[in-house]
Amino acid sequence: MNAATPFDLWVYLAASPLLWLTLTVGIFVGAQRLAKASGFHALVNPVLITIVAVVIVLQLTGTRYDTYFDGAQFIHFILGPATVALAVPLYRARQLVRAKALPILAALAIGAPFAIASATMIAFLLGAGREIILALVPKSVTAGIAVGIAGEIGAEPALTAVLVIATGILGAVIVTPLMNALKITDYAARGFAAGLTSHGIGTARAYQVNPIAGSFAGLAMALNGVVTAIIVPLVYGPLAGA
Amino acid sequence: MLLGLFALLACQLAGEVIVRAFAWPVPGPVIGIVLMFAVLTLHGHLRKPEAAEQGPIAKVADTLLANLGLVFVPAGVGISQHHSLILDHGLALIVALVVSTVMTLLVTVGVFRLVSRLQSSRRALP
Repeated sequence: MNAATPFDLWVYLAASPLLWLTLTVGIFVGAQRLAKASGFHALVNPVLITIVAVVIVLQLTGTRYDTYFDGAQFIHFILGPATVALAVPLYRARQLVRAKALPILAALAIGAPFAIASATMIAFLLGAGREIILALVPKSVTAGIAVGIAGEIGAEPALTAVLVIATGILGAVIVTPLMNALKITDYAARGFAAGLTSHGIGTARAYQVNPIAGSFAGLAMALNGVVTAIIVPLVYGPLAGA
Repeated sequence: MLLGLFALLACQLAGEVIVRAFAWPVPGPVIGIVLMFAVLTLHGHLRKPEAAEQGPIAKVADTLLANLGLVFVPAGVGISQHHSLILDHGLALIVALVVSTVMTLLVTVGVFRLVSRLQSSRRALP
């Protein structure tokens, strides 16, 4: 039997889930190391680095996104159970939540609709089309919930996912310098803002900075996800159908 | 570990089933969070709260949440598919995302601190 040529090997590997799965996990582990080595600098965001690196590899090898996603879908699937897992930090923080119930409810009641209204209004004023505006609606909600909301209001789920992730990265990069500049040292408030604005990526960032910030971020992400998922279809459903 | 994974998947599955059976306009994992919280509360009541906080479900959840960033990568790489749409609307998108993100951070942190302060000053009164 003849040994496979490098080309045969590439043709086989490029089409198999194994290569893209390994590549994604491998780059992410490397990016996490890099973030740690930088002292968790805001700009060295593991999610951002991994996405950019994978896009470059796909472009260089001429690989289609569909082919990549066939492998990466195993990671993508974990979004669901990881979303359900938010119940655990929520349960652990229940006493803290009770003590801070009023600020939490107030920040949620104003922050959740503000995240939607500010983005959609700005896009509307700058002349963006309906497709873009609808995809922006769940931008502050964790991807596992946002894609579900996109389906309910007739937004393009893939575009929504990209905008959600962009928001997550932006929030994670901006939050620490912004709060430090304003000399806000209340880590419960900082974390809550980070989680409400930029969901999982902001929460991952908050855990790097401070454990209390991290648990309040996880709480804000879970609450914002639930509240937005309930409000949005009720408000936008009739609008989309009209 | 498998028991914890099973519990998370089962709550997600039950969430999807409930959402579809009643045609609720809410994503399945959202109901899954509520169900999982109920399971943990029940577990904490029957045993000890510490058992629910450190049990097999909590262990798997911690592992998933510690690496949460990774699960956003496959969807994020999808940006390569939308570059024309994103380029066409680049300015509107960038301005909307950046301004909205900064303003949402400021409004949320501001409201949280304001209400926190009002609450503690009221408590401090005799």
